[in-house]
Amino acid sequence: MSVRDRLLVLLAGVLVLATVAGVAVWRAAERADRKNQVQAGGPAVHAGTVSLAGSGGRRIVFRSMAWGPHRDELASVPAADPEGSRTASGVKCLRFYAAAGTGICLQAERGPVNDTYRALVLDAGLHTTRRVDLAGIPTRARVSPSGHLVAWTVFVGGDSYAGTNFSTRTSILDTRTGVLQPTLEDYTVTRDGKRLRAADLNFWGVTFADDTHFYATAATGGHTYLIRGDVTAKTAVTLRTNVECPSLSPDGTRIAFKKRVPGLSPDAPWRLYVLDLATLRDHPTAETRNVDDQAVWLDDQTLAYSLPGDYGSDLYTTPATPTGTPHLLTPSALSPSWLG
Amino acid sequence: MYVSESRGSTPAAASRSAARGLPRPGRRSAVASTVLALGAVSLITDISSEMVTAVLPLYLVTGLGLSPLGFGLLDGVYNGFSALVRLVGGHLADRGGRHKQVAAFGYGLSALCKPLLLAAHTLPLIGAVLAADRTGKGLRTAPRDALISLSSPPQGRGRAFGVHRAMDTTGALLGPLVAFLILRQAADGYDAVFTVSFCVAMVGVLVLLLFVPSRAREAAAPGDGAERPSLRAAVALLGRRELRGLALCAVALGLATVSDSFVYLMLQRRLGVPDRWFALLPLGTAAAFLLLAVPLGRWADRVGRWRVFVGGHVALLLAYGLLLAHLRAGVLPYAVLALHGTFYAATDGVLMAAAAGSVPAALRSSGLALVQTGQAAARFCCSIAFGAAWTAFGDRSALAGAAVALLASVALSIRLRPAEAV
Repeated sequence: MSVRDRLLVLLAGVLVLATVAGVAVWRAAERADRKNQVQAGGPAVHAGTVSLAGSGGRRIVFRSMAWGPHRDELASVPAADPEGSRTASGVKCLRFYAAAGTGICLQAERGPVNDTYRALVLDAGLHTTRRVDLAGIPTRARVSPSGHLVAWTVFVGGDSYAGTNFSTRTSILDTRTGVLQPTLEDYTVTRDGKRLRAADLNFWGVTFADDTHFYATAATGGHTYLIRGDVTAKTAVTLRTNVECPSLSPDGTRIAFKKRVPGLSPDAPWRLYVLDLATLRDHPTAETRNVDDQAVWLDDQTLAYSLPGDYGSDLYTTPATPTGTPHLLTPSALSPSWLG
Repeated sequence: MYVSESRGSTPAAASRSAARGLPRPGRRSAVASTVLALGAVSLITDISSEMVTAVLPLYLVTGLGLSPLGFGLLDGVYNGFSALVRLVGGHLADRGGRHKQVAAFGYGLSALCKPLLLAAHTLPLIGAVLAADRTGKGLRTAPRDALISLSSPPQGRGRAFGVHRAMDTTGALLGPLVAFLILRQAADGYDAVFTVSFCVAMVGVLVLLLFVPSRAREAAAPGDGAERPSLRAAVALLGRRELRGLALCAVALGLATVSDSFVYLMLQRRLGVPDRWFALLPLGTAAAFLLLAVPLGRWADRVGRWRVFVGGHVALLLAYGLLLAHLRAGVLPYAVLALHGTFYAATDGVLMAAAAGSVPAALRSSGLALVQTGQAAARFCCSIAFGAAWTAFGDRSALAGAAVALLASVALSIRLRPAEAV
């Protein structure tokens, strides 16, 4: 082939490939635009005021994923009418949690090239009282029952060629003093009485018992552990293995968690379980599908969690016992908190 | 030469230089057109692969809603497999002088993995696709480096590898930019990113097929007749004093080379780099690598590749020292990243340039694969040992241990001093 021929072949190839690439980007942009238009039959959403205060009736505040102008905004619905019209706040969050008038909102910030992430501490009126830049993609957020402590977890991504090494970073912030503990890796962790020190030690999914004690997941060497941590002493001990994304019941006696159940397909390895803290024995819940979420207790008997849905994810509830039936709470919603 | 380099950064320009025919070893001003073409292929391919690498965590967590933790558990197993693949690629390329074909297969395999990512929605499947992608990378590396060395005059190999690595790194820096620009146009458009990545990778394969001459056969012709490219001959390469010494030193130094992710982790823990900068640390290394690859390659041609290669490890030793020092000056993280990038610029291509001189043309690909694999395996062992030392004694002691090992390896390398090939 002469040089001219080779150049022509290259040109033709580049043209074809550029067309394919252009069409792919165009179609994806169209699809992204559609998400800004209200979906037929989707939840009704209107702009309004959302409050995290204790007064104002029992309600659910969550990230509304319904298509339209208020997509990804914090919204509230009455707890008695979860499928009713949503009041959208104008504050966008990827992950959210609130208790006792304090909210934690993990949100994306549009940069010149890529998105960066930050954690915002919100007061009852959704005003930002503290802002912390994040090292990675938000995944979990929690507030202590008193509203004094907030915690979050982010994924820090792999940086090598086709690399698959991901790590998590979990931080705890005291909203009273403003003191930030940037990573639980600074804690002294003991397992069976011996100090655990490893480069591959990761933490995620904090759930607070009070303003000193919390539970979370720690992982090292391919195992996950339930840990009980002390914020003041900066210590933690492992309690048992195979507990991820713990969530403490309001009465403080049980922990809902996702369990990697042996024998399940590696595509869908997790089931929602409940652990009795007094006996450290666990039992399944009525939900039999794969749950990859940090569940939330509505009350001492019921759990809420998200499952993938047609428009983002949908919220379900289930009894915290092996018997009963899970119910769809509301579609296109994530990160719920029951307030009031 | 800077003119010809920048012109080489687009496929069309590379082809223009290719148009003038095969390299002219006598001319010191131009880098061989084949090197520029291979550089263009690497640049384009790196744009493609780094596009995927940049958005993968985001895709897994926000696009698919998966928890990617524990995903890296198979990395160790796969690293061993990858080393084997590299040796196989090197050997296959030497048999019948099929460097171009084997390289094209490797690039093609990686390209085909990109659309497969669209179909894989679970962690095990995505892991399998990424493994296939890296198999492609493992296969193509040694034949490509053999082609670079075979198409450059011996006295200009350091520069040729420097130019190639600089172009390669340029692609790696551009890839994430392209990916994020696409996500700007189309929110959550991960499928678009993967499709564009595939198209870009295919352009790379096209440039390779069209503009890289398959002339390794000529290089393997008379004079090298005694070296039949058999497996036995490839293994027998280690019987050569020069190459054995080189491989031994590369392994010894590799055993004390802490992996990048540990370096960044230490940067953060010891020097207090803020969280939000964490993702940008690899860019610092890449920038220094990009800027210094050509100058250090040329310098290696002048003062000796072995010297520069060992000198690169001294730069790494200095970086360890800064990480161990009890200082918290604002410039320290920059200094560590600059030294880390210098280490790569002085070692990555330079080692290949040095090794090329100790391997006959007919076995070039196998020989380079042997050295690369030895180095990679040693670095992998270092990672495991470093992780274990971290667990047992803490991060500071682990790094101090690595520094002592590196110092010993540098001393050993200076003492052994395999004869300079050129």
